[in-house]
This record gives sequence, C-alpha cells and structure tokens, in this order.
Amino acid sequence: MSQYTLFEPLVWTISDLTRYIRERLESDKNLQDIWVQGEVSNVSRPASGHLYFTIKDRSASLRCVMWRSAQTRQVYRLQDGDAVEVHGSIGVYDQGGTYQLYVDLIRPAGQGILFQEFLRLKDKLEAEGLFDTALKKPIPAWPRTIGVVTSPTGAALRDILHTLGRRYPLAHVILAPSPVQGEDAPARLIEALLSLQRIKPRPDVILIARGGGSMEDLWAFNDENLARAVSASGIPVVSGVGHETDFTILDFVADLRAPTPTAAAELVTPDQVELRLSLAEAADTMVYRWGQLSQSKKQQLSGLNERLMRSNPQVAIRNQRQRLDEIERRLISQVRHFLQLRRLGLEAFSQKLVALNPHAILQRGYAVVRDTGGVVIRRQRQVTPGEKLNVQVSDGVFGVVVSENQAAVGEQND
Amino acid sequence: MTEPESVESLAFEVAFQELEEIVARLEQEEHTLEESLQLFERGQSLARHCARLLEQAELKVQQIIQDDLVDFEGES
Repeated sequence: MSQYTLFEPLVWTISDLTRYIRERLESDKNLQDIWVQGEVSNVSRPASGHLYFTIKDRSASLRCVMWRSAQTRQVYRLQDGDAVEVHGSIGVYDQGGTYQLYVDLIRPAGQGILFQEFLRLKDKLEAEGLFDTALKKPIPAWPRTIGVVTSPTGAALRDILHTLGRRYPLAHVILAPSPVQGEDAPARLIEALLSLQRIKPRPDVILIARGGGSMEDLWAFNDENLARAVSASGIPVVSGVGHETDFTILDFVADLRAPTPTAAAELVTPDQVELRLSLAEAADTMVYRWGQLSQSKKQQLSGLNERLMRSNPQVAIRNQRQRLDEIERRLISQVRHFLQLRRLGLEAFSQKLVALNPHAILQRGYAVVRDTGGVVIRRQRQVTPGEKLNVQVSDGVFGVVVSENQAAVGEQND
Repeated sequence: MTEPESVESLAFEVAFQELEEIVARLEQEEHTLEESLQLFERGQSLARHCARLLEQAELKVQQIIQDDLVDFEGES
C-alpha cells in the first residue's frame, strides 16, 4: 500500500472486519451443514451446559462448540481421544477472533458406514413390503402368556418383569434367553423367537427387548434374518430396544414398536390400578342400577296393587251398597216431602171444613128438620100433617108435630 | 339364558369381560326382575372373583431351556 492515492487508505475496524469474515464464511455453502471427522481433545463442560472441544488430525485442529440446546438429542457421550464424526456449520466467534464449528450432532467414527448399511437394509425390506401396516398383527389387550426374548441378565429383563409385576401380575411370562449383542446374537435371537412359537402354552404376544447402547451394541437388531423371522412370526411381536431415539430394523418390522423395554411391557398389558378402579366402578354401577330397578319395580307393583284394589268385587259391592243407601236416603226424603205437602193441604182443607160446618149455621138461628127416620127435610111435600119431626138447633133437638101442610111461600109458582 | 359357567373357574380376562357386558346390559336393557337379579348376582360374584384374582396374583416367570419350561429365578 505504498502507492499514493488521492484518498486515505481504508482502515477497517476489527469489528467490521470480523463481521465481514463471518459473513463470508457463513454464506459459503461448503462450510455449512458438513460432517467433519477427527480425534477429540480438550473436552470442556462448564456450568453453562454448553460443550466445548477440539477435533484434530495429524496436521490440523478445529475448535468445536455444541450448545446445550443441541445436546438434548445426543445420546453418545464424548470423551478425549474418541474418534468421532461431527456435524454442523462453520462460524466465527467474534470476541475470540476465531472460527469454529457449531456442532449439532456427534457420532462415533465408523457409525456412518453402519448407518448406510442400516438405510440400505431398511429400504430393501420396505420395498419388499415387510413393513406394510396391513401385515401388522393386532396386540391382544389381555395377554395371558407373554413371551420375552432378551438377555436373562440384562437391565431390560429386570425392567420388563418389574413393569409386568406392577401392572399385570396375572400374566405368565416365558423368557426365551438370548444374547443381545455380539457375533452370534442375531442367530440366537431368531432361535429364541422360534422356541417361543413352539412352546406350550403358546404366548399371546412376544417382546423382543434390550437396554440402551451404542449403534454397534444394538446392531444385532438390524439383522436381516431376524427381521424376516419376526415378519413370519404367527404371534404378534413388540420391539423395545434401546432408548427413545434409537431405531432398529426390528422396530420397523415388529407389529408394534415401543421406545424402551419398560414401555414395551406397558403397551402389552392393562394396568391393575385401572382394572381395580373399573371393578369398583362396575360394582357401584350394578348396585346403583339394581337399586333403580327394584325401586321402579316396587313402584310398578304398588301401582298395580292400587289398580287391583280398585277392581276388587268387594269394593264394587261396597260402592253399590253406598249407592243403594243414597237412593234410600233420597227416597225417604221424597216421601217426607210428599207427606209434608199433604199435611199442609190437609190443614187448609180442615179450615175450609170448619168454615162449612153446619153447626156454625145453626148458631146463626137456622135449624135442621129431620123426620123420625133422620132424613133431612128439604121440601114441603116431604111432610104430612100430624107427622112428628125432630128439629135440631144449635144446642139440641126438640120434637114438633106438623099442624097443616101449606104450600111453601117460595114455591107457590111451582 | 344358557347355563352360565361357574365364576370360580373363569380366567381373569374372561370374567372381566363378562362383568363389563353385564354392567352394560343392566344399564341399557329392560329386564324382568328375575333376570335383573340374576345378572346382578352374577356380576357381583364376577367382580369379587376378579378382585380376588388380582389380589392373589403373583407374576409367574419361567424360561425356555431346550424347549422345556423351567422356573426362572433371576438374580435380584
């Protein structure tokens, strides 16, 4: 920069320069989303939870950082001296003035090849249809006999037996022991699976299980022949291998995949806590329903009884009797009324009778004349001279003799 | 109704399922008092039977050795 120019030469600030470098690096596709292999050194895990380390080969080294958030999915635990493959992107740490690899995945070296093999086999079997959901056998809800293929000394068996004992102690467990890693593991696993299909009592479901481990540890469960044996099993198979994040070919071919051995045991059994609750509920429901039923029957019964009583002939007789009494009562009252009316009529009549009494007329000076035979004399020609007659006046009777018979004054014109 | 199997001889899952059926029938259908009483009594003994089986259950573990079943002792 000795050349003279019109302007002052451009002087960078460190910040600007660092930002420029970072932008160059971070925009370079070749430095993003890359795998790098090397040997681990200077592993540091400060309290922040972030992971710092260096990977190196014979002539170069690369600083790496893995944020705490990226480590949650990481099962493999890094140590100095490990040969690893790390995945991430190159970036710049401004304050340190250094570039470094921001890591999101670490795996032991060599796993890449296993992983390729895993993918190849998975694609092959998938293409053959071994993973078809239509082939999946249903898992019985109430297994009486549960077959377990695993190591007799492993944590997986302990977890499974503990879980089954806690949830469903009614089960009969048949263990088909087999090594779960090593050269002969696949063949022994297959033999164990077959022995469970021969045994009596026949298991309702088979668990194939193993605790967690590296991809190599779990490799036996990626065996093609094992996959085919599981696919051919007449008994439903549940896989419970490794941890939640581990996937094996067995998981794809099994009728049901459980993330862990414990989960496999849980998936194939009802929980006795729930069973006891259901039992108590069923008992309560029955008692309640029975109470309801008998109550409603009682009501029906008393309703019927009422109707029966109403149709009782004695009741009918009583009712008729009552009606009869009623009629009788009305009859009597009618007669009384009639008699009453008659009595009143009679009194009126008797007063009239009094008014007509001939004695009353005698009082006024009239007399009644009768012949000796008692016949009332009304006409002059009824008597003859010299005839004796009786004259009745108000206070008595006296006799008279007819002196002469003259024509009556009033009857001269007769 | 066919002559029901003796409750005592039923396996847990069979008894439990029959119990669920009985509860459902008691809940949903109309029965004569006689039928209801029969269902109720059978349901009660099924529930007792199931509870007793659960109470007495102890996980039975065997292993296959040379195609034979032997009790599994397991290291504790």
